[in-house]
Amino acid sequence: MATYQLKVNGKSHTVEVDPTTPILWVLRDHLQLLGTKFGCGITQCGSCTIHVDGTATRACQLPVSSIGNSEVTTIEGLSENGDHPVQKAWLEHDVYQCGYCQAGQIMTAAAFLKSNPNPSDEDIESTMAGNICRCGTYTRIKAAIKSAAQSELS
Amino acid sequence: MSLVRTTYGRRSFVKRIGLASGGLMIGFSWLASCKDATVEEAMVMPSEWFEINGYLKIGDNGMVTIMSPNPEIGQNVKTSMPMIVAEELDTDWNNVLVEQAPLNTELFTRQLAGGSQSIRQGWDGLRMAGATARHMLKEAAAQSWSVPIAEITTSAGIIYHEGSGNSAHFGEMASAAAKLEVPEEVELKETKNFNIIGTSKRNVDGLKIVTGQPLYGLDIYKEGMLVAMLVIPPAFGMKYKSMDASAVKNMPGIKDVFTIETYTDGTRKSFADIATFNEKVVIVGESTWQVMQAKKMLQVEWEETGDSSYEIDMFGNKMTTEYPAGLENSQTHSLNMAEMAIKPGQVVRSDGNVDNAFKASVKTIERSYSCPFLPHNTLEPMNFYADVTDNHAELIGPIQTPEFMEQSVAARLGLSLEQVDIQMTRMGGGFGRRLYGHFLVEAAVISQKIKNPVKLVYSREDDMTFGNYRPAYHVTYKAGLNENNEMVAFMVRAGGIPESPLFANRFPAGAVENYQAEQWTLKSNVSVGAWRAPRSNFIAGAEQSFLDEVAELAGKDPIDFRLELFDKAINNPVGENNDYDAERYAGVLQLVKEKSNWSSTQSGVSRGVAAYYCHNSYVAQVLDMIVEGGVPKIENVISAVDCGIVINPDAATNMVEGGVIDGIGHAMYSAMSFKDGVPQADNFDKYRIIRHNEAPRQQEVHFVESDVHPTGLGEPPLPPVMGALANAMYKATGKRYYHQPFVSNKPFIG
Repeated sequence: MATYQLKVNGKSHTVEVDPTTPILWVLRDHLQLLGTKFGCGITQCGSCTIHVDGTATRACQLPVSSIGNSEVTTIEGLSENGDHPVQKAWLEHDVYQCGYCQAGQIMTAAAFLKSNPNPSDEDIESTMAGNICRCGTYTRIKAAIKSAAQSELS
Repeated sequence: MSLVRTTYGRRSFVKRIGLASGGLMIGFSWLASCKDATVEEAMVMPSEWFEINGYLKIGDNGMVTIMSPNPEIGQNVKTSMPMIVAEELDTDWNNVLVEQAPLNTELFTRQLAGGSQSIRQGWDGLRMAGATARHMLKEAAAQSWSVPIAEITTSAGIIYHEGSGNSAHFGEMASAAAKLEVPEEVELKETKNFNIIGTSKRNVDGLKIVTGQPLYGLDIYKEGMLVAMLVIPPAFGMKYKSMDASAVKNMPGIKDVFTIETYTDGTRKSFADIATFNEKVVIVGESTWQVMQAKKMLQVEWEETGDSSYEIDMFGNKMTTEYPAGLENSQTHSLNMAEMAIKPGQVVRSDGNVDNAFKASVKTIERSYSCPFLPHNTLEPMNFYADVTDNHAELIGPIQTPEFMEQSVAARLGLSLEQVDIQMTRMGGGFGRRLYGHFLVEAAVISQKIKNPVKLVYSREDDMTFGNYRPAYHVTYKAGLNENNEMVAFMVRAGGIPESPLFANRFPAGAVENYQAEQWTLKSNVSVGAWRAPRSNFIAGAEQSFLDEVAELAGKDPIDFRLELFDKAINNPVGENNDYDAERYAGVLQLVKEKSNWSSTQSGVSRGVAAYYCHNSYVAQVLDMIVEGGVPKIENVISAVDCGIVINPDAATNMVEGGVIDGIGHAMYSAMSFKDGVPQADNFDKYRIIRHNEAPRQQEVHFVESDVHPTGLGEPPLPPVMGALANAMYKATGKRYYHQPFVSNKPFIG
């Protein structure tokens, strides 16, 4: 057990956990931030995607001991009122079916659009390939990302 | 307007209201739903709610809360079922809040997610609930204004009496309406007067989903709750022998390690209790990661099991599930299936004389198709929360069959049905996997044993290797053409491990003079279950792929060839009990032909077509494929759908798009194989599932305009697309694809 000072969604938290604990389980079990989902535990499905200093990162294999002073952002901290352009585009396109993977999809898309504000279809397809949606909402995810890109440009 | 008799008696209704307004919802306000932030902010919550009936309550300011009775697995019933109530209530959708109803067998019927039946079977009851409430509001207004009820009208949540100029919103009459007798007969709207049904309404949980609010079973966290995980046998055909848990019990945060028996004699009550691996090791601890660490360290010995079986009740019939001893291999499965396929099967249907007809045929063709076992892979792994005391069980989590599971869990715990409360969370996918609630029983048994609230969590590996898979199937088709290239003989011989995918009375039965359907099965200890569009999820693609090849042999356009057969089924059907409406079937083919501009060809684009009927809905698809650098790429999928009245068009479109991608993905890439009983994939690094870059670049969905009783869409769009895909791949590559998954093109059958 060790004590960590974590910056999550602009707030400081103190947790006492095993240093190997992935940040996913610190967020879920200790900080009650439940928007970041457990899907596979081996960084293959993308359901647990968070931002670490703005970079989309899988939380399920990232030990809490490696976070240091980095700023962690989860889906709960992406915007104040669910009004990030990507979240708005997701609502506009009613993207989700079961919805379980969507926080991870949104976090991946939000970081991606920051670095590539005007992506091609191929850019979207290859970047989003790391996030699995078993319901098969890829058609709408792509449409929503394009809408978000448009709204950010305008 | 049409009149329907209500099924509520006054006495039972009062009782139902009492049950529905009990304390079940307390403490779960986060499960309550509102449409979106803007609506929530604009809405002023009422100071008092009046229960009109168990489906809905009306606030003194006119707001309406509608209970959504069925489990939500992503099929969007939490939005579409309340839309039906709201339509007949005649309220403004903007004034509606939706709540997930708990399991309540007194009040609701068929609280189940499965078979694409929620809308079809819920339709009448939901309409009646809304119409009954509207009638009672009108009656309250009639009494208050001393005017005849026949002169009262409603519109968007307002009650009017034209003669006197009186008007009131629903909230003003709700208190009086709640005290009235339930009418014996109520009027339903005519479909042409619908103003909510048939308009696109956004998912009521949308804002909660995009902001990451806790909605799912895995998101249940309660004061004092412990976390449990299982250690299950590493192979089918094996069981627990012994373990040394002493070291693990001393690991930080670990509370206990023990074994449980999920079901004891007589406690498997229904099909929902199908599961192998009855005895399993349980690790209980304070946090998920601590339990995961212990799970890795625990040394368990396993041994081979002998033959085993259990009896369950399958909708009134006793059914024995048998698991033969042995450690099975996919290679052997394939050889055994190929061997069965060349022997005559059990004849299920026979029209005319196929043997003579094949002899008389000018051309014949025979082809075989196969598919592997498939895990469901819901993105949210299996889990459940349980708090079991001496006289009560509180169970919260993702379950498609709460009503069935209440029976078995009550029997297993030694409690009465009244002592068991099941709350349904939004599910991170179902696809049939959560029909089988052994995980709910496991959570309950663990909680009863440790005398503490517990959340059972499956790892992805546990989830993927537990079984209840889509069975492995094999089918052989044979067709005979006469001198006019008409299909005059057709034979289907379908089997699988451990069930046959045959639907003997489906198309082309009824459209061919000489038709024979045969089936066979092989036993296995790999447990299977319903997987999105059971049986259809294989046989549709095989049949539609075969018919494509028959059309080619006949020198006919594949759509025209099918339409010819439907003509026969419409005008001169063969045999009885044909399980489809040939006109609606032909209708979706004609619609997809028109919408895809089928007759115009584009260079470089390979097109495949397929149509199928299952789960009461008709779907036809045209899939356009191009080849880029030797890799097939799906440009577009055009779907034509007949599901009767479309409740929520945009959400229905979403279901079709998702079914298309799911179907393409599993036909192309996915398989579960076994070596010495061990599932050869246990996570997404070893198991291929379709990803964004492999999905169609675009999709179009068209609905047949219809005013017939609505049917479901959770399953019907998936099966045919597998055929459209195989047929487009043939056009693109010149090769026929007979064995799923297509992409490796390694025959599953040896």
